[in-house]
Amino acid sequence: MSVDHFDEAGAAVQAALDAGARYADARVMLRRTESMSARDGDVEDLSSGESAGLGVRALVGSSWGFYAVPDLDDAAARAAGRRAAEIAAASARVPGPAIDLVRSEPVTASWASDCEIDPLSVPLSEKGDLLVAATAAARDAGADLAEGIYQIWDTRKWFVSSDGHRIDQHIRECGAGVTASAFGDGEIQRRSWPSHRGQYATRGWELVHELALTDNAARMAEEARALLTAPLCPAGETTLILGGEQLALQIHESVGHAIELDRILGWEAAFAGTSWLDLAQLGSLRYGSDLMNITIDPGLPGALGSFGYDDEGSPAAKRDAVRNGIWVGVLAGRDSAAMAGLDYAGSVRSDGWARLPMVRMTNVGLEPGPHTLDEIIAATDDGILMDINRSWSIDDRRLNFQFGCEIGWEIKNGRRGRMLRNPTYTGIGPKFWQSMDMLSSETVAWGTPNCGKGQPGQVGHTGHPAAPARFTNVRVGVRG
Amino acid sequence: MSAELDLAGRVVELTRQLAGPGAEAEVVAVHSAEALTRFANSAIHQNVAEATTSVQLRLHIDGRTAGGSTTVTSAEGLSSLVERTLAAARLAPRDPGWAGLTAPTPLPAGAGFDEATAAAGPQERAARVRDFVDAAGGLETAGFCRTTYVSGGFANSAGQAVAGRSAEAAMDGIARFEGADGVARLAGGRLDAIDGGPLGAGAAAKARAGARPVELPPGHYEVVLEPTAVSDLIDNLATWGFNGKAFAQHQSFAELGAHQFDEKITLTDEPLGATLPFDLEGTPRDTLVLVRDGVTQAVSHDRTSAAEAGGVSTGHASAASRSWGPMATNLSLTPGPVTNAVPEEATGPIAAPARALVSRMRRGLLITDLWYTRVLDQKSLVLTGLTRNGVWLVEDGEVTAAVSNMRFTQSYPQALAPGAVLAVGADALPLPDRWSGVRYTAPALHLAAWNLTGNASG
Repeated sequence: MSVDHFDEAGAAVQAALDAGARYADARVMLRRTESMSARDGDVEDLSSGESAGLGVRALVGSSWGFYAVPDLDDAAARAAGRRAAEIAAASARVPGPAIDLVRSEPVTASWASDCEIDPLSVPLSEKGDLLVAATAAARDAGADLAEGIYQIWDTRKWFVSSDGHRIDQHIRECGAGVTASAFGDGEIQRRSWPSHRGQYATRGWELVHELALTDNAARMAEEARALLTAPLCPAGETTLILGGEQLALQIHESVGHAIELDRILGWEAAFAGTSWLDLAQLGSLRYGSDLMNITIDPGLPGALGSFGYDDEGSPAAKRDAVRNGIWVGVLAGRDSAAMAGLDYAGSVRSDGWARLPMVRMTNVGLEPGPHTLDEIIAATDDGILMDINRSWSIDDRRLNFQFGCEIGWEIKNGRRGRMLRNPTYTGIGPKFWQSMDMLSSETVAWGTPNCGKGQPGQVGHTGHPAAPARFTNVRVGVRG
Repeated sequence: MSAELDLAGRVVELTRQLAGPGAEAEVVAVHSAEALTRFANSAIHQNVAEATTSVQLRLHIDGRTAGGSTTVTSAEGLSSLVERTLAAARLAPRDPGWAGLTAPTPLPAGAGFDEATAAAGPQERAARVRDFVDAAGGLETAGFCRTTYVSGGFANSAGQAVAGRSAEAAMDGIARFEGADGVARLAGGRLDAIDGGPLGAGAAAKARAGARPVELPPGHYEVVLEPTAVSDLIDNLATWGFNGKAFAQHQSFAELGAHQFDEKITLTDEPLGATLPFDLEGTPRDTLVLVRDGVTQAVSHDRTSAAEAGGVSTGHASAASRSWGPMATNLSLTPGPVTNAVPEEATGPIAAPARALVSRMRRGLLITDLWYTRVLDQKSLVLTGLTRNGVWLVEDGEVTAAVSNMRFTQSYPQALAPGAVLAVGADALPLPDRWSGVRYTAPALHLAAWNLTGNASG
């Protein structure tokens, strides 16, 4: 792109400083989006969007203010900077502790995600034909309802801070999925490929080619119909094997959110919640078994939570969150890290120019283990394999969870047996993770494009490398 | 003519020029100003405001449909919107579900909006936060005070042209004491009706009464749900059950004309005065009775789901309604009859709208709030979730112990089924949207059974 927007961002920052801010930063963001959904062989919805604007953040004393406008001219940018400072001044009416920012090396940089096939350049007719074919295949194979979707985000942003950052980034994300539903007497069974709501990444349309939606659609329909007459998941305590897609969400909910420093500090107490983790135990708390190694890695090529720099200008850096089962790291921003006495940030993101950057997951994933799924099954005398998320719920401290999966199978004497319907499992985070005794090496970086947090609400895009794993003494088959 | 209606009209005309007279176009232009002052650890830590104008165009031409949106409202930006939406429509597969445009239809009489709320500044929101924090008596507090203003205009190529404005104020906060949280929420059309003091005092009273909770075993418990918890019930009923698309596709429990709920249940959607008086297809909004005296009366439709179900649009088109289905977003559960035996309690954990119901419960649980509720089975609308912000054991009409949070797995229609609703509170509380975009007016409910399937131990 030949036009940059550093000048407008810089004008907003300067205006905030002139109005009394001791620190300010601003992001100009341009985003183009496109999505299509299809049902039963017909396109149901096709939408494209263009959004452009500037958001400026000002720190006056120890109080923050944020203001956002859709106008990209110098006067509007300066007015936004002044307004952010005014809002920050109003915050001082209910002041908090002194705010410092951990150092972030000022850089002038440019970064772009890898993309082989620009998803916005692929003809709409081709993309529509794909969803039509995939949903028609599922319908033809017996689905009562077949749905397909793709989504594309193309984001360019220019970041300027009063600490000297000047960073522009171009991030392209896309993904797709297909779901087949079968209607029974008073219940609905559903199978999704490749995952619940599809797979997403910071990649081009080559990802969607690899997903092979149409090739897998018929099997989804057949499995959904078979689930209608499959036996119910038994209730009780058993050995549980989770597929990688479900484990990705388990990581997201019971580890990723729990290690967000803003939650630990109480900043999200009224809505998203807090965390069961206590900073006094950082470096010593046993989170899981020795097999549990969780990393924070926004530099992972192609994963959905990848970037070059976060929305405070901190460079992508890999960091341990859990090492050999011990909790050792958090997702942090410059102010929360300073408040917690830590020396690193790098996990602050905003879902658009009109929203305040806040602590968010990037790519939070489990390092591979020594086994394969086949080896895990072969080593299990009696248990249940569950895969593909269907529902998720966890308490406001990220301890007490209950997940439902689309499909389960009995595991008997080292073999996969009957299909099971309505599989669910529940537990308490650290107890569950400490029971993990086998972990596969078959890692996939699953993308979650719908992570909600913040007020006003923001939708985050996160990545979660995960592989199948086994857990012992897990309560399964909870139902109403 | 409002600026937004003028903007929408210009885009319709631009579309006619570029796409020709055969194109069907509908355009919504919305200016929104949202400001939210957020506090935690008893201090304002996030304080944000934004002012945005967005334009959404939906275009149907030669049997094909595409939608587009932009926040770039310059002449160049609007031309770009029309050009790319037109190009998308021409390349898109055929759309057999197109239900046509809304014909010219007048809006119902407007309810007006509060100019002062629309223009409120950060100092006014901060003052309410100050009052909430002070009233909590030193307890740690967290929450938000929010004001929003929306002005919208709609125009289509069939001649429909309507405009409207709305404003909202809301406050939502917790107080924390020895690991226990208490909550208070309130919403309305006027910021001057939001007083942080009583809300902070109410949240603090709950937090203090929630300390040192006992753990109860899972099982079916009689419950009184406070309005904050009831809002989750009616939200999920509307989102999954009274959703016109889910209904048309046989994924909903709803059966029109069937006695599916207790006769004490009457549920309506009341958009007038709370939001723009028309939906994204230009259909005027009005009161929609979803359940009357326990009998399912209607589901919410946009033009597409209405055509599929053989009905008419109820004014519930949204940007996502073709994909996710049209949903009612201004829900009101009708209060029960007024009784003379409402205990006057100035302090303690029971919110005022629930006091009369609690006084009549022999043994059961008082539940303040529900959290992270997710659907396990859409057809039967079984959900799992957790309690939050205060649970108490009630014996012989008195609170006898605080209870730690519990997990439940419960069919929502079954919880409100004939005979299952023991009483509906006489006072309904206006409550804010917190995430889903749904606002509520809800009384407390006394239910015969709620299926608690886990406790703090797992």
